[in-house]
Amino acid sequence: MSQEPVRLPRDRAEDHPLDPPPGLARLREERPLARMRYPDGHVGRLATGHATVRAIAADPRFSSRYELMHYPFPGGPDGPLPPAPPGDMTGMDAPEHTRYRRLLAGRFTVRRMRELTARVERITTDHLDAMERHGPVVDLIEAYAHPVPALMICELLGVPEADREMFTRRAAAVFDAEAPVEEQTAALTRLGEYVHELALAKRKHPTDDVLGELTRTDLTDAELAGVGSFLLAAGLDTTANMIGLGTLALLRHPDQAAALRAEPESADRAVEELLRYLTIAHTGARVALEDVELDGQVIRAGETVTLSLEAANRDPARFPDPDTLDLRRKATGHLAFGHGPHQCLGQQLARVELRVALPALFTRFPTLRSAVPPEEVRLRRNTSVHGVRRLPVTWDEG
Amino acid sequence: MTGRKAAGREAAAVVLRVDRDRCAGSGMCVLTAPGVFDQDAGDGRVLLLDARPPAGPAATAAREAAGLCPAGAIAVRAAPAPDR
Repeated sequence: MSQEPVRLPRDRAEDHPLDPPPGLARLREERPLARMRYPDGHVGRLATGHATVRAIAADPRFSSRYELMHYPFPGGPDGPLPPAPPGDMTGMDAPEHTRYRRLLAGRFTVRRMRELTARVERITTDHLDAMERHGPVVDLIEAYAHPVPALMICELLGVPEADREMFTRRAAAVFDAEAPVEEQTAALTRLGEYVHELALAKRKHPTDDVLGELTRTDLTDAELAGVGSFLLAAGLDTTANMIGLGTLALLRHPDQAAALRAEPESADRAVEELLRYLTIAHTGARVALEDVELDGQVIRAGETVTLSLEAANRDPARFPDPDTLDLRRKATGHLAFGHGPHQCLGQQLARVELRVALPALFTRFPTLRSAVPPEEVRLRRNTSVHGVRRLPVTWDEG
Repeated sequence: MTGRKAAGREAAAVVLRVDRDRCAGSGMCVLTAPGVFDQDAGDGRVLLLDARPPAGPAATAAREAAGLCPAGAIAVRAAPAPDR
């Protein structure tokens, strides 16, 4: 019972970069709700089992407020995090969170996101055409995985056509594999400033997009700008990495890619399985607001609980043969978008983008393959969102 | 006989209730059981299109949607047995 607290396992196996760090699987088996020592010295918990992670994420006795939370990764503050700025609803509880959620959820419904399908098709077609014109070899990340979600964010936020080239250029700087983290953060800040100005401009001249609609609510200027930055940060890096890493996973499982190409109607199921298998936003956190008894243990008030979504999505108790990518399996119930009232607001947009972008790529280039040996594909390391930095691809020109 | 019984159990008619105070508007229910649930275009919260899906695929999908709902906002119970 009084075992040494563990550290959060972060290192992926060199030869299995698409799998969670192996240490997580061992913990899930032996100590699914382990005591964990945080980088700032706090002793809290680490949840790795699917049922446990799911239960904590949905339990109102656990808070999402940043200012109560100890950061699970190295590089955080010496103590709890600063409170969420206006608009950053991830770090809030009800009723503040509920207010933002209700203002935003109507803009991200299944129906409204499906209405964007034709727009996603247009954008993917344009970028596939450009790849074809250029000819092999192409870095898939730069040519496809980054620009498609960036342009969809422009669509959603209502970035004027004239600004879109600038916007995607700045977005590319956010993703720049060669740049130090500080420069990437600075690029995101600059983009946030642009969105701030855009939001205030829409206050004067309201438009028909999400940001424009939000100017007609009771959000203050600071809240409106904060929501814009939040949507930008939440929507840019995530879908881009899902397209990049999803492509890499399919290239490494050509039989699965062939099945997706042969049956485009199977894309719904395939996307859910890729979300489960890759779980790029791999880690979440909550804080116990009171003593909570769970799985025969007591989580004390004030303890931060790290939720390993990637370990939960590979739990054999929930998904048989969990380490096998099987696009035909029914992967619903995965926690790739989290669970509880904070479950990803933009998940229906992500689904629409992935359902279009991945099959379109493999249909356009049936002979698509990596242009470099597996060990030369550069993956992200120790980032909060997993992904591929560069993915040079080639194909047979016909 | 056994097979028919099993199939009947899986797709038995259900009665649904939604709790719009809890609903987070994630859209999981509409994704899973589109004929049974919809979302309010204003705040994204659940709208119940069919509170009593009959035995069959709709009832199965509704049960699945209730299990997937991130906010636990959908309650399902078995429909009372029809009059004999």
